Amino acid sequence: MADHQNYYVPEQSKWPIVATVGLGVTLYGAAAIMVNGNQGQSTTGSWVVFWIGALIMAYMLFGWFGSVIRESRAGLYSDQMDRSFRWGMSWFIFSEVMFFAAFFGALFYVRVFVVPWLGGEGDRGSSNMLWEGFQASWPLVNNPDPQAYPGPREVIGPWGLPLINTLLLVTSSITVTIAHHALKAGNRAGVKLWLTATVALAIVFVFVQGYEYSHAYQDLDLTLRSGIYGSTFFMLTGFHGAHVVLGTVMLVTMLIRIHKGHFTKDQHFGFEAASWYWHFVDVVWLGLFVFVYVL
Amino acid sequence: MAVTGVFMSAVADTHSQEHHHGPAKGISRWLLTTNHKDIGSMYLIFSFAMFLLGGSMAMVIRAELFQPGLQIVQPEFFNQMTTMHGLIMVFGAVMPAFVGLANWMLPLMIGAPDMALPRMNNWSFWLLPCAFLILVSTLFMEGGAPNFGWTFYAPLSTTYGPPSTTFFIFAIHIMGVSSIMGAINIIATIMNLRAPGMTLMKMPLFVWTWLITAFLLIAVMPVLAGAVTMMLMDINFGTSFFDASGGGDPVLFQHVFWFFGHPEVYIMILPAFGAISHIVSAFSRKPLFGYASMVYAVGAIALLSFIVWAHHMFTVGVPLAGQLFFMYATMLIAVPTGVKVFNWVTTMFRGSLTFEAPMLFAVAFIILFSIGGFSGLMLAIAPADFQYHDTYFVVAHFHYVLVPGAIFGIFASAYFWLPKWTGHMYDETLAKTHFWLSFIGMNLAFFPMHFLGLAGMPRRIPDYALQFADFNMVSSIGAFMFGATQLLFLFIVVKCARGGEKAPAKPWDGAEGLEWTLPSPAPYHTFTTPPDIK
Repeated sequence: MADHQNYYVPEQSKWPIVATVGLGVTLYGAAAIMVNGNQGQSTTGSWVVFWIGALIMAYMLFGWFGSVIRESRAGLYSDQMDRSFRWGMSWFIFSEVMFFAAFFGALFYVRVFVVPWLGGEGDRGSSNMLWEGFQASWPLVNNPDPQAYPGPREVIGPWGLPLINTLLLVTSSITVTIAHHALKAGNRAGVKLWLTATVALAIVFVFVQGYEYSHAYQDLDLTLRSGIYGSTFFMLTGFHGAHVVLGTVMLVTMLIRIHKGHFTKDQHFGFEAASWYWHFVDVVWLGLFVFVYVL
Repeated sequence: MAVTGVFMSAVADTHSQEHHHGPAKGISRWLLTTNHKDIGSMYLIFSFAMFLLGGSMAMVIRAELFQPGLQIVQPEFFNQMTTMHGLIMVFGAVMPAFVGLANWMLPLMIGAPDMALPRMNNWSFWLLPCAFLILVSTLFMEGGAPNFGWTFYAPLSTTYGPPSTTFFIFAIHIMGVSSIMGAINIIATIMNLRAPGMTLMKMPLFVWTWLITAFLLIAVMPVLAGAVTMMLMDINFGTSFFDASGGGDPVLFQHVFWFFGHPEVYIMILPAFGAISHIVSAFSRKPLFGYASMVYAVGAIALLSFIVWAHHMFTVGVPLAGQLFFMYATMLIAVPTGVKVFNWVTTMFRGSLTFEAPMLFAVAFIILFSIGGFSGLMLAIAPADFQYHDTYFVVAHFHYVLVPGAIFGIFASAYFWLPKWTGHMYDETLAKTHFWLSFIGMNLAFFPMHFLGLAGMPRRIPDYALQFADFNMVSSIGAFMFGATQLLFLFIVVKCARGGEKAPAKPWDGAEGLEWTLPSPAPYHTFTTPPDIK
């Protein structure tokens, strides 16, 4: 097969080492902020380190993706290269699935085993002796030790903002698919329209989620510190929110590229990758909606 | 396929030049490289440096345990040494060594021009020195390095951990990013860059075992990331994942950790299985007894590895049904592992055996890894585990699978492929000396630990009761011997890289595979046009 001969092996590149320095400095700064903050010391220097790292990361992302886009548009990538990107993106998404699986697993374990055990049920019900009179319930609003972890006054019901958010995300999954079909049909005006709609829905989602968080913190006392319900709630929805933001950045990048005239009917894996990611984010949300909000 | 030709002409000139020159000069060759051989070498060198660093920590541990009483270090520092030794050996020595072997050998074995995503490959490597810089720097921080064991159980690592724990968490995150990207690259390479005609069931076993290992890595490294993220939040942001007073559970940590941790131990051994299969076959001058059964056995081991994690936590109070399930599931692993051992033995049966250094390490691997496997079966028996748990028996068990398993597998691979990498034959006499000293040292160090554990000596303590003194002294002598011997390995490799008898394309007459069709040393760029596989 001829395409094997065209496999593109890039020449030396500075981006990996820039990325290493960027990531290392950013995370070192982040750790220093936390450690110094916990010890009551000044965190100014740590923040400076963190932002230097973040800037290096931003520079790297523009540079690295920029060179990939240039190479792709120069026609250096064969179909085989395209398949490498597909394998890469699929397994990257799988790794993200497993990351969320850890937090979903924690939620299930806590709900099915830990909280009932603390309430005196089953094989390990003896842990109830630590906090006698603790009543198991879910959502857990009265923690075993309310002094250490004052529980939330109330939790967020599923049929208000979360339902709206569900509709927003599901709709955005549909609009991004319509945009993809438009791209394949060569209807670039359609792509612009439906991709813009997707980005708009994504941004509204993030705002609604931000509003929900402020409501939780200010009105319901539902915080990261309010025991295991707040812990699992904010970790799951928070990481999901962060992924929505990342997915939105991807979609915006694709929108800019569409406006610049990138992508053809047959060659648009960047777009597809972003939409795969977007569907993944949507599916995670559906899991969240069911297991965090409804059940 | 026809590449969009108009654009092609603009870049075609530089493109074709790129492929034909050799490595760049100076440090930029290593910092900026996209070449799988350079990156493979860097992984291997880095891993050996970490092996010596983690090994020197083991020497501190064994020196302190040479005699009862506190001699050399304080208990706090002793705990930091056991923790850092484990972390460095697992994440810094064994895993990168196999990734290095994969980088070097996979493209050669499947007839690919390079790894599928060469720049990401470079990033995967350079993240490791960065992560270990952060990890090792914790030794010099206020409150010292992490001191809670390489398994970093909560609440030891959350409520009671030193301030440096946060740095440790980010170091783990960076290692995870590196591993996941490395694994994605390996899968993309194997699935997409095989030479035409190389079907999945024609792939060399090292390729198969790495494909499955890469899958395990992508499945479990994110779970580890989840575990350390929950730790990070508990430590710094007031969540209560691992605090029962807030409705969480320290045991939750163990579940999440071991869901990563058990596949992780197979990540450290499956590539060795693959390499050993090649070596045993080459030095028996016979094809592998049952190729397909080996592939299926590795697949079965990988799948089973996801449903056995709680055998690490029998004593923590797992419900009875859980103990039974995890006990039987664990024992099931003996079946595919037995298939593999049976295969290696029957491959050797009636072969024309010779015992060059790779084969010596391979045979020792089979015997000693089986001992480690059997002690694993003993530990799998839940009621018996209540006796063994957290004793030196466990230490003996996992060192028997990791030292003569993973590490002998790496040594065997290194000697097997050194002629291909350097173009020179290594010094066989010195290599055999390295083997015998390692073999004796390692058994002296770890075999007595079985007896110590059965007699009740707990692990992770700097001091012990007098009745354990003799075996500990023997163990320490063996450990010093094993440790010192590894400097000989360094000498052998350096000597081989600098010169020696010229190696032919195929230095081992029984060896099979595409890598032996290339000249030794393998040229900087290989298989830019894929070979045809019949």
